[in-house]
Amino acid sequence: MNHGIELRNHLRELRHFHIRLTISAGFVVLLFCLLLARFFYLQVLRGEHYTTLAEANRISIVPLVPNRGLIFDRNGEILAENHTTYALEIVPDKVTNLEVAIDELATVIEITAEDRQRFNKLRRENTRFQSLPIRTRLSDVEVASFAANHYRFPGMEIKARLLRHYPHAELLSHVIGYIGRISDKDLEQLENNNELENYRGSLHIGRTGIEQSYERELHGVTGFEEAETDVAGRHVRTLSHTPPVAGNDLVLSLDLKLQQAAESAFGDYRGALVAMDPTNGEILAFVSKPGFDPNLFVDGIDHLNWRLLNESIDKPLNNRALRGVYPPGSTFKPFMALAGLELGKRTFQYAINDPGYFSLPGSQHRFRDWKPGGHGKVDLHKSLVISCDTYYYMLANDLGITNMFNFISQFGFGRKTGIDIPGEVAGLLPSPEWKMKRFKQSWFPGDTISVGIGQGYNLATPLQLTFATMILANNGTAYRPHFVKQIQNSITGRSFEKKNNQMYTLDLKKENLMRVNNALAGVTRPGGTAARAGANAAYTFAGKTGTSQVINIKQGERYVASKIQERHRDHALFTAYAPAEDPKIIMTVLVENGGSGGSTAAPIARQVLDYFFLGKTPEPLLTANINNRPH
Amino acid sequence: MIEFKQLWHYFTRYIDNFLLGGIFLLMLIGLVVLYSASGGSLSRVSGQILNMIAALAVMWLVTNVPLQQIMRLALPLYIAGITLLIGVALFGEIQNGARRWLNIGITRIQPSELLKIAVPLMMAWYFDKSEITLRLRDYAGATLILLLPVILIARQPDLGTALLISTSGFYVLYFAGLSWRVMAGLLVTAGSVLPLFWSFAMHDYQRKRVLTMFDPSQDPLGAGYHTIQSSIAIGSGGIAGKGWQKGTQSQLDFLPEQSTDFIFAVFSEEFGLIGNGLLLLLYLAVIGRCMIITANAPTQFTRLVAGSITLTFFTYVFVNMGMVSGILPVVGVPLPLISYGGTSLVTMLLGFGILMSIQTHPKLVKT
Repeated sequence: MNHGIELRNHLRELRHFHIRLTISAGFVVLLFCLLLARFFYLQVLRGEHYTTLAEANRISIVPLVPNRGLIFDRNGEILAENHTTYALEIVPDKVTNLEVAIDELATVIEITAEDRQRFNKLRRENTRFQSLPIRTRLSDVEVASFAANHYRFPGMEIKARLLRHYPHAELLSHVIGYIGRISDKDLEQLENNNELENYRGSLHIGRTGIEQSYERELHGVTGFEEAETDVAGRHVRTLSHTPPVAGNDLVLSLDLKLQQAAESAFGDYRGALVAMDPTNGEILAFVSKPGFDPNLFVDGIDHLNWRLLNESIDKPLNNRALRGVYPPGSTFKPFMALAGLELGKRTFQYAINDPGYFSLPGSQHRFRDWKPGGHGKVDLHKSLVISCDTYYYMLANDLGITNMFNFISQFGFGRKTGIDIPGEVAGLLPSPEWKMKRFKQSWFPGDTISVGIGQGYNLATPLQLTFATMILANNGTAYRPHFVKQIQNSITGRSFEKKNNQMYTLDLKKENLMRVNNALAGVTRPGGTAARAGANAAYTFAGKTGTSQVINIKQGERYVASKIQERHRDHALFTAYAPAEDPKIIMTVLVENGGSGGSTAAPIARQVLDYFFLGKTPEPLLTANINNRPH
Repeated sequence: MIEFKQLWHYFTRYIDNFLLGGIFLLMLIGLVVLYSASGGSLSRVSGQILNMIAALAVMWLVTNVPLQQIMRLALPLYIAGITLLIGVALFGEIQNGARRWLNIGITRIQPSELLKIAVPLMMAWYFDKSEITLRLRDYAGATLILLLPVILIARQPDLGTALLISTSGFYVLYFAGLSWRVMAGLLVTAGSVLPLFWSFAMHDYQRKRVLTMFDPSQDPLGAGYHTIQSSIAIGSGGIAGKGWQKGTQSQLDFLPEQSTDFIFAVFSEEFGLIGNGLLLLLYLAVIGRCMIITANAPTQFTRLVAGSITLTFFTYVFVNMGMVSGILPVVGVPLPLISYGGTSLVTMLLGFGILMSIQTHPKLVKT
């Protein structure tokens, strides 16, 4: 153990340690004394000064909330504006018996049970010192009668403020979205983004749609005023003033008139419509029917209205164009056809003999064509014009799922388009890897066959179908779909053009594209599945009908619409573009439980195109009797 | 009844009652102030009670770990901490422009919190295992142990945590007997490096915070707002305070972060200089008890760990109160045992658990 001088002397170390511990104890006491001295300085020597600041002449920093930017359509029609309205606000802390006071208030102006409910909810979410609205949008008469009785209601105040208003309510609810009162969760989010300072004093924040995704542009920069106020909070004088900077205005590419035309063309049907300019990705119309009144949400929706919206069987809160996923059905076929040509599995001349079904080698299972007995001799052109299923069953079998997946995913199936409103879903383009991950099952050859006609696991949103059709009609070029055309300074009017939205161009053979497009133009001519909708059009238009199955039909059974509940009927689909040779507009129409694409979806598209090219106002479709199941 | 007594004894045999009493008093004050600071919200208070129960459970577990085990944990804990920090640097999630969080599948963790305990343990272990008289080389080695995590954390960037860990590491060096001359040298070096640090290593927002400490009116709505409003709160509290739930600064929402980092301003406004004095005394009592435990610690390892934990606790108290009363820059340091929040509470009580274990376990190895 003895290593001489180098061995540690533990006793000496312990003594040194105790000395150092004592020194640190002195240090602790010294610094605590320093703190105490600081407190003495603040609370005793300068106590009066700070008491003055806090009590007699409180310096308050009053945030000046900027005006929210306005939203216009492409022709300058206003879609979201700020109205001056009067609200009756209560500071709960200043009212001794709130329930009694509100009962008394109800004798002067109308207070409904919903108003009370909403107010109580706000009370739970805020401190009792905050001024909270019990009634908004007071009429002039109500303002006057309260003012006359004001002395009876201490702690209540009429406040004028700007309230967001959406003049077109249901029509644009799924595009513009709405703003709502800032919640605790929003505050947390704002703090994480270091934006909390800018929201001091703000009451609202974008919740969905354009209002949410362009919140940064629309909100503006909060100004502030350093002011002296007396005990009662009354303004004494202003010390400094930094004005707020109003939010930027947005000009959308949306055409309000076209939107109205599209919405009325639907008549009583539910569904979605997306119309886009194929040369730049600008959205021209974006319908999801039914919509809802976004004005209900601005100051917090009451319980009754919320239940009506949330529990409605029509699901008005569901944005069908953006988030509704449907099997694309036969609208998938043009992409299959192009895959066959590009990958060398089909020539334009090659024709099959359609017996009305397809069976995999060694299997009894019949994949049936929609037309019992089949279409006879079918080549690529005819396969699209009459929407032959058997042709695509065979093509899918020849291509194989991996080729199909690789080629068709280039058109945006199975991933988000990146449109500038939140909540988009990706849809689904199935692959063996996906199936293994999702179901822990290997891929069966039969799965490939259903995918070939856009059924099976296939799911796409109306927006995605529009995007894919754009690439087809655009010689392979994809633009990012977007709503906002310009962002402009609300005062100077100076505008910032949005950046170029071109995404990519697929390397496709001109010849093949032309052949597919020719066939799609044939769909709306006599003999095509949308011939009726295309009759006597003053312009050329191309399209593809589709039917999206809602329930499965058993082997050997037939789909008879009249036997099936209305909500279980097929969804009708139609993708279209016009003029066929140089498209100015691309469109997807989805009619929920509309039966077949040719009979309901295509006529709606025709009406909207008639308005777009000729200015003809649509005659709404009435809930028609549904035919059997032609495409 | 005897069984109950036995059971009670079994569960509390490693608890230091004096220290636990102080901790309970401080946490109780915390709840009382939190109720006022959150405008009478019981949900915040009950959330904090849950945090406290969790932290106390952690503390109880640690008190049951004998000293030898704690010592054995030092190296693995340190290595795990460093690995996680490197993980953060490579795969961490960015929030608020800083890369501090690591997603480990089940939950997100902030490894820098682990290092607050692991670094002093590791350094103390390193000093303890040396058989011969400590030389400058040993201190240099310990400094390297300290610098590695500090640099990794400072790069995230999380300057506040990096500084706090440096401080707790420095306390280990100090208690291990680093010569006064070397410490003076370090101080001079730090003083000369600071200007370089200012112009090259600091981020803009960090510089802004330091600048506003000297002149809060520079930026009244932003960084300076905190200091102006908390000074008004403390000053207007006067000698006796405005009374519980009667502080206008906090109740009218002039105070920022009033239930977390700035909760002391609420306390100070409502309970005045008298309350402040009593609170300082209470903290002093807890620190004093910790120092007695430190003085009685049986081995060099436990002495160094206990000393570092004690002084680190003090540092938190001092830095927080200094920042709220405007003599230190605004850095995100909570007031121990009083501020709302679970993470720092767990780290604090973990430290106290180690101290209690040092005090109550049989001192087998007396040196």
